Amino acid sequence: MSPILEVKGLEASYGDLKVLRGINFEVEQGGVATLLGANGAGKTTTLRAICGMIRRKGEIWYDGDRIDRLSTEAIVRRGIAHVPEGRGTFTTLTTEENLQLGAMTRPMGKDISADIERCYHFFPRLKERRAQQAGTLSGGEQQMLAIARALMLRPRLMLLDEPSFGLAPMITKQIFEILANVKKESGVSMLVVEQNASLALGIADHAYLIETGGIVMAGEAKAIREDEGVRAAYLGY
Amino acid sequence: MELFLQQVVAGVATGAIYACVALAVVMIYQAIHHLNFAQGEMAMFSTYIAWQLLQWGLPYFVVFPLVILISFVGGFAIERIVFKPIENAPVLSHIVIFIALFAIFNSFAGFIWDFTIKAVPSPFGDGPLWEGAMIGKHQAGMIGVTLVVLLLLWSFFTFTRVGLAMRAAAANPESARLVGIRVSMMTALGWGMASAIGAVAGMLIAPVVFLEPNMMLSILLYGFAGAVLGGLTSPLGAVIGGFIVGVVENLAGTYIPVIGGELKLPIALFLIVAVLLVKPAGLLGRRVVQRV
Repeated sequence: MSPILEVKGLEASYGDLKVLRGINFEVEQGGVATLLGANGAGKTTTLRAICGMIRRKGEIWYDGDRIDRLSTEAIVRRGIAHVPEGRGTFTTLTTEENLQLGAMTRPMGKDISADIERCYHFFPRLKERRAQQAGTLSGGEQQMLAIARALMLRPRLMLLDEPSFGLAPMITKQIFEILANVKKESGVSMLVVEQNASLALGIADHAYLIETGGIVMAGEAKAIREDEGVRAAYLGY
Repeated sequence: MELFLQQVVAGVATGAIYACVALAVVMIYQAIHHLNFAQGEMAMFSTYIAWQLLQWGLPYFVVFPLVILISFVGGFAIERIVFKPIENAPVLSHIVIFIALFAIFNSFAGFIWDFTIKAVPSPFGDGPLWEGAMIGKHQAGMIGVTLVVLLLLWSFFTFTRVGLAMRAAAANPESARLVGIRVSMMTALGWGMASAIGAVAGMLIAPVVFLEPNMMLSILLYGFAGAVLGGLTSPLGAVIGGFIVGVVENLAGTYIPVIGGELKLPIALFLIVAVLLVKPAGLLGRRVVQRV
């Protein structure tokens, strides 16, 4: 089966500073790939480049089509949901309005309310907070809301940027359990960017190691997990 | 007491004018996070179009919706043609264009229709609402229309998808793009709606102050004051703020002997400064609550 996302020679820069120097990777249909790397390696930039939020060069193929010339809105409309770093919730709107916005590109109908209920099933905490302003939610709840909002798109590919960012280990673990659940139940493909390598490798099928804007290692998650060098540098044992 | 009541009612009547302008101000502020200085001149231009159509013999009930539609399209087009290309330019560039638009509309109105004062008829008729009433038919109609516009706006933002999308685009443009909202389209829509509301305000005001190219100058200032007083993020606040400004202006003019008719305008500025000092978010404005 052909991959759902294929990135070839992707380059991106902020001003004169080149952040990505021609990286290649892919995400399989229904699979989970993870990009690992230290701060400033270019992980977030990669996700932003895929979504057209920054200028980029190179080829990005999604589901057989080239999408590197499309606007962010057009890319989202094709079924790519991006959960940005820092969550990007609409802090002045309610939890439920945030979820409704996730389904903005879908035709109106009953199945949207059904999907909201499904999100509440995945994240019962959000149901308690449905009428509350999203800005008043805790960090973990906001991360849940961001993932739930992405699911409302009924995406075929989810891009997750540091789901563990700023969260207590307990909450992080919970969120990754839910992500594993989502993968099993809905079969959505995911590209996860993480600093917490052991958590990410737990959920991923494939892993890519990114260092100063280039991929330095790629392979099956299991193999990477057992690699001596990776263990020393990223897993810390 | 009689005098006090009379002045309050008269204040509410003028307040309706300010409330309507304040609504347009809030509308555009929500869309672009700036105050559009040309808002009043755009409304004045719309009113001239209405006057022209009435001169050509069209009935009022055709002219009213038609002018609202023309103004909506005009506002939409201004955003697309003038502001879209400088989307990412700094605030000052936008302000220069606001001032340019101000001058352009003002001069063109004078060029096309000359600077003599024109009378615009009221759709509600003249005279008091009933025999001996403190409030005129037109004033009552004006208050009614303002409240209807407010209700329509509220329903639009609360119950429709486009309304929700517009709120989202205003709150967080980047995230809005990530859920597939065409943010720049929402901005253009905001311009169109602000322009349409401005047209309603202009057509309602014209019978009271007479139509001439500078008719909106001071009214826009009072409208700003109303919007700031009520909170720039709240349409309901803007309307309440508009009414309060009207009443305060009138009472101050009556009871504080120094003020009189000449010093009424600074009251608007005084109100703006006072609100910004005491309660910067305004009466009903949303204070952004956020956990960090």
